[in-house]
Amino acid sequence: MKKLVIYKNRCKACGFCIDQCPKDALSLGDEYNASGYAAVTVDEDECIRCGTCYRVCPDSVFELIEE
Amino acid sequence: MAKDLLTPKLVSELNRFCPGCGHGLIGKIIAQVLEERGVEDRAIQVYAVGCSCLISTVVQADSIQAQHGRAPAVASGVRRARPDAVVYTYQGDGDAAAIGLSESLYAAYRNENYTAIFVNNGVFGMTGGQMAPTTLEGQKTATSIYGRDTSVTGQPFKLAELVAQMPVAYVERCSLTDAKHIAQTKRAIGKAFDNQLAGKGYSFIEILSPCPTNWKMEPVDAYKRLQDIVAGEYKLGVLKDSEEE
Repeated sequence: MKKLVIYKNRCKACGFCIDQCPKDALSLGDEYNASGYAAVTVDEDECIRCGTCYRVCPDSVFELIEE
Repeated sequence: MAKDLLTPKLVSELNRFCPGCGHGLIGKIIAQVLEERGVEDRAIQVYAVGCSCLISTVVQADSIQAQHGRAPAVASGVRRARPDAVVYTYQGDGDAAAIGLSESLYAAYRNENYTAIFVNNGVFGMTGGQMAPTTLEGQKTATSIYGRDTSVTGQPFKLAELVAQMPVAYVERCSLTDAKHIAQTKRAIGKAFDNQLAGKGYSFIEILSPCPTNWKMEPVDAYKRLQDIVAGEYKLGVLKDSEEE
């Protein structure tokens, strides 16, 4: 099973991954990171680990690794 | 088993670009392409002035900063001094198409064996969103507050079409508008580096990129604008491929 890792400290809350996610599994959270952005969070049940967010993120927030 | 999708080693933890800026994405793609080919240790990136110079905060390859617009001339020198290096220039539209137009065209004219990445976002980003040669007709910027009047300032400038007239290896225009186009951009940049490694000569990749800050748009809307408006003026696709001729 693959795991989606989110580096919240890198996120700038641009929302491009939320727009591109085919399953609408991503959303902006209510926790702010050190840069002052409401970092993105994932709904683990909706996520299908397709890697689209990894490919479109301008700030390398996502990684998809085998557990 | 599919491979893990990891952040490229060349990519830094934090970069200095605005939220939603396309530069970070292009930098990540370049790092992926270099690492997939195992040439990241030989890579030398040449950038000049503008937001594009902050690419060094994304791709931590060996770098040289040239004078404004002169990255093609410096890259030509690097290519001759270091024949084993993997050389690429990274320039924005104010840099490559405005002040550095002469260098850009003469490097293409000589068919220098390096890869040119040209990021077109239609404004001078770092200086505050002034009108660039690539600004679309009617687009409002800091120096065209009623929209660009092409009867006075000329038509949007298409550098890729101009470079395609030269005896170069490869010219393609790509876009970052969605996941599909980003995948195509990665293929194009990959082909450009493959051409260089095979010694085929100059490859030029123009990438339509959003500037949410100076377009005064939400990042997601700026990415949509690339497809809805910008790609209507700047046609996507391969403009020249010497292999097919």
